[in-house]
Amino acid sequence: MEMELRQIRNTLLVRIKGEMDMVIADRLRKEIDRKLDGKKVINLVINMEKVTFIDSSGLGVILGRYKKISGLNGKMYIVGASPSVSKILMFSGINKLISMYNSEQDIVNI
Amino acid sequence: MNMKNYVRFEFPSTPENVSFARSCVAAFATQIDCNLEELEEIKLVVSEAVTNCIIHGYENKPHGKIIVLATILDNHSMEIMIEDYGKGITDIKQAMEANFSTDPARTGLGFTFMKSFMDDLDVQSQPGIGTSVKLTRCFLTKDKEALA
Repeated sequence: MEMELRQIRNTLLVRIKGEMDMVIADRLRKEIDRKLDGKKVINLVINMEKVTFIDSSGLGVILGRYKKISGLNGKMYIVGASPSVSKILMFSGINKLISMYNSEQDIVNI
Repeated sequence: MNMKNYVRFEFPSTPENVSFARSCVAAFATQIDCNLEELEEIKLVVSEAVTNCIIHGYENKPHGKIIVLATILDNHSMEIMIEDYGKGITDIKQAMEANFSTDPARTGLGFTFMKSFMDDLDVQSQPGIGTSVKLTRCFLTKDKEALA
């Protein structure tokens, strides 16, 4: 699993590649929280274009970050989830809490 | 044709083995008549069951033993047993409730996924002895039946 974190003004963009299971959950949680706790980030974009698998450990990281972002009155977005990943996101109900878009460009255009 | 076949393997309770276990069972499952979406579902439920063994059964300690036994029952059905010798579950009914977790940082969706994506889920557990999860799924849908 690889991840790339980029801060653009008060928005953190996280691009994840690989399988979101318990192996990466801790690392992902720590890396994102370090940025969020720096108080300069209030919005979070998770790019899942290159995520090939997600289970409840990966969902836990997303849901936990959603709670944090909500507490900061920020917005959170998920972009580029594949059909198989989207199916799990929808099954968990995450799509009712977090807006899902096809690409990063779609968010810029909002 | 009855093509009963099985694979059995054991490994220590380290997080890296979750990916190994789900890929291994999914590779074995290609021997039966199931599609890519169904293989993804097999990967998910194995991932959840093995993650439970590591996080709850062995409380993240890396030296616990996990056994996986996957059996092809016929052309369309498969049974997967996942066992640990860890802490065990005190209240199985509560553990299987959606969104319940003994760990507040977790989603409590593991058993929900197993119940939803498999036809049958049987959990046997004894505190201090261990837990055994049996997952069964028949991949013969009405569409496939019509094509057969």
